[in-house]
Amino acid sequence: MTITLKQLAKKYDESSQPVLKDVSVQINDGEFFVIVGPSGCGKSTLLRMIAGLTSITAGQLTINGQLANDMPPKDRALSMVFQSYALFPFMTVAENVGFGLKSRKLPAAEIENRVKDALAMVNLTEFRLRKPKALSGGQRQRVALARAIASDAKICLMDEPLSNLDAQLRAKMRIELKQLQRNLGLTVIYVTHDQVEAMTMADRVLVLNDRKVQQVDTPVNLYQHPQNAFVAQFFGTPQINLLSADVLGNELVVDSTLHLKLNGNLNVDNKVLVGIRPSDIQIEIGPKNANARVTTVSYLGDQSVISAVLNDTQTIRILADSTISVVVDDLIKITAIEGFDVFDAHSKEFITRQKGDLQHARITSQAY
Amino acid sequence: MEMNRPVTSETNHGNLKRWGQYALLLVLTVIVLGPFLLGLWTSVMPTAEISKGALWSTHISLDNYITAITTTPILRYLLNSLVISTVTMLFQVLLCSMSAYAFVFLKFRYRKQLFMVFLITMMLPFEAEVIPNFSTVRNMGLLNHYAAMIIPFLTAAFGTFMLRQTFMQMPVELKEAADIEGLSHWQFYSQLAVPYAKISLMTLAAYSFLSSWNQYLWPMLTTFSDNFRPVQDGLRQLQGQESFNNWGMIQASAAIVVIPTLIILFIGQHYFKAGLNEGAVK
Amino acid sequence: MLESLPKHTNPEEPSKELVPVGLNSATEWRKDRLYVALFLGPSLLILSVFVFWPMLKTMYLSLFLTDNFGHASVFVGFSNYLNLFKNPAYLSSLGATFVYVIAVSILTIILGMVLAVVAQQHLKGIRFFRTLFSSTMGISVSVAAIFWLFAFNPSVGVFAQISQALHLPEINWLADPHFALLAIIMTTVWMNLGFTFLILFGALQQLPSSLFEAAEIAGVSKTAQFFKISLPLISPTLFFVLIVTLIEAFKSFGLIDLMTVGGPNNATNLLVYRVYQDAFLNGNYGLASTESVILTAIIAAITLIQFKLLGKRVSY
Repeated sequence: MTITLKQLAKKYDESSQPVLKDVSVQINDGEFFVIVGPSGCGKSTLLRMIAGLTSITAGQLTINGQLANDMPPKDRALSMVFQSYALFPFMTVAENVGFGLKSRKLPAAEIENRVKDALAMVNLTEFRLRKPKALSGGQRQRVALARAIASDAKICLMDEPLSNLDAQLRAKMRIELKQLQRNLGLTVIYVTHDQVEAMTMADRVLVLNDRKVQQVDTPVNLYQHPQNAFVAQFFGTPQINLLSADVLGNELVVDSTLHLKLNGNLNVDNKVLVGIRPSDIQIEIGPKNANARVTTVSYLGDQSVISAVLNDTQTIRILADSTISVVVDDLIKITAIEGFDVFDAHSKEFITRQKGDLQHARITSQAY
Repeated sequence: MEMNRPVTSETNHGNLKRWGQYALLLVLTVIVLGPFLLGLWTSVMPTAEISKGALWSTHISLDNYITAITTTPILRYLLNSLVISTVTMLFQVLLCSMSAYAFVFLKFRYRKQLFMVFLITMMLPFEAEVIPNFSTVRNMGLLNHYAAMIIPFLTAAFGTFMLRQTFMQMPVELKEAADIEGLSHWQFYSQLAVPYAKISLMTLAAYSFLSSWNQYLWPMLTTFSDNFRPVQDGLRQLQGQESFNNWGMIQASAAIVVIPTLIILFIGQHYFKAGLNEGAVK
Repeated sequence: MLESLPKHTNPEEPSKELVPVGLNSATEWRKDRLYVALFLGPSLLILSVFVFWPMLKTMYLSLFLTDNFGHASVFVGFSNYLNLFKNPAYLSSLGATFVYVIAVSILTIILGMVLAVVAQQHLKGIRFFRTLFSSTMGISVSVAAIFWLFAFNPSVGVFAQISQALHLPEINWLADPHFALLAIIMTTVWMNLGFTFLILFGALQQLPSSLFEAAEIAGVSKTAQFFKISLPLISPTLFFVLIVTLIEAFKSFGLIDLMTVGGPNNATNLLVYRVYQDAFLNGNYGLASTESVILTAIIAAITLIQFKLLGKRVSY
């Protein structure tokens, strides 16, 4: 069950701008494929184009080698789980799970069996005669899952299925969903705005922003090798620092006290963005040779996120061990940066990644 | 609010206030129900005493009801109204829900414009169109027949408008889920949209039944015999005849007409309240 | 569809490869066409035959003199309209209708509001009273007419008996041109009360209690709470009730036919009753059509205001 998208585009009659353009990707059999992006980026539209709920303006969609652009949704052999679960309030759990099978005119015994199996799989057997309103949010979510399972389709589309659950339940369901997908050998296309969800569940992720595909890659690669500043910023908590810097020979000048050494010359001679993960920064506390002042400290348990202002007002986030004792207005000194990405300041595209170390960061200090 | 007050010194004051509130309720009830209670009361009094202006009698009986049922076609009128209102109601619910469905779930050219056309019909009072409509039903040969009182009201712009609002509140995802399962429009309409809009449909049913039941001008123009005359015009007929001064019997006839609708209303009210609660919970 | 896309989407690839497919709007429309006919056809047919066609016909007839069968005979342009507005009898009908409509609307809303506020109280058995207050909704026009005809009866009616007992001048309500319209107004308001009460009561019930708790803490009096909080918040509902009452009042016919037959001395000869008289009793279909058009214009104007304000409310 491979799904191939070839330069898919979507444009509504009312607007002159396409909402999506040039989306090309191949989704492999049995893959957990996540489409992620901020709200309004067109990820739900893309999912609905694959489902056949929204028409495709241009490009090709093939499902299992068959051109599917014009195929009615029901012939695409897929199931879908919706954000609001799309449960019918007047039907029992069992009726909701079986409603699609019934409309496909399957024999009653077959429907009965499939509903039973699906409900067992999501641990809802004893709730089969309840109405959705008598269930908790998590249980409703499972009913929606059971409906997808019962349909027996090998492709399952999910549109933010966990976003209406509380944080704890969401974490639990992520694991269950992933297990279910593996056990059933489903090809899942999963839409979310939550980068943690994308990172923890996906085999591969398609990052969508501003109507375009930003990057398609494994979670590890998205984090370690972001192709542009957007992707770099989208993944990772706390967020990556994107500091603007001037290129000066083989040095990047972030500010008067923070210079980063480059391995070889860059082909740009204007401003760039330097991406530094908060965990890649080491600091020393104390007024001696300090080059930043702490503005906030957020305690996260064994780690703390420190925000500090460099002397030319750029803010930098640092992830530090909680054993470090630091309070607001403390002066600190950035002593080392373990690695950084350089992005074009204008196009935001990736230019180079530099393995930074003590030698590569030249830190002058006299600001404070 | 009373419950939050200290119980000690103000208890007397609270009691007094409560009695005052009950007195006010009672006065308002008498004003609101006065004419109705008076009618109901006189319907069990002998006409001879009513004519003397008596408001109290010891000769209470159901004689007036028996007279009304045996000597007038009041039951036939009721049956006529029941037939007309029931058929009108069923068709209005069916046709309004179908056209509302079309305006929400079907895509077609000029959908907006056509909906405007429906809205415009809400501005045109039927009372101002009786002259050509009378010619139309006469030409169709429907005068003095149930059909004349049913066919013009088989659908209603108001009902379409109301149900369209309900269907529009249905989450789009329900329709998408149905599309993925391959339900046709007819299946989605009959199996999912209609049950979903149950409460609105019941409300429209009650509304259309009552409006049909209360029709007066149109049946008056189009019916000439007791076989088809609905109850509103039937009561006028009774009143206009020589029995006009037989107050007891007239009141009894009115009571016969009003009691069924009141019962339906009270039962319906209970149902609607339950329905509204159900709607609020989900 | 492809034409509408910018050509430069993908300069490298030949545009042949971009298959211009998808459920584009045109095919979606075609697919639904049968359903449109099935779902919309019957309603459209009924409305065309019994609403649109008669309206056009009425407008057409209003420009003609008609024969006894209601066929247009002589084209007279707008002279039917001009004559009507010069006719004192019609103008007095118009005046009486406005008095009636305004009085009915104001009294209905005030009384409905009083009932709704009183029914808000938390007392034992209040549900029973609420049901009673809404009960006139189930009383149809002819039944109401019988009850009130009896009450207004000059010899046996309660009003006559009360004024007798109090030695007040006796009023023959329905036969006195000064009081007949008032009698019709009272009866109409009474009939309207149940529905109005139910709607206003529902609106008051739905107001969030936190607002009143906040006002209570701030020491705002109950009266001020009603005028400063409740009334503004339910104003959309009040407006809805007002429009419905206005429109229904303009269309009044049954009570008049049952209680006064337009009299005495045309005091209760309201617009719809006049249409009926002129068309079906006097056989003057052209004139009656003109009156119908005027009635329609009034009601359409009120409905338009409603749509306008409704649209505004929905949009913010």
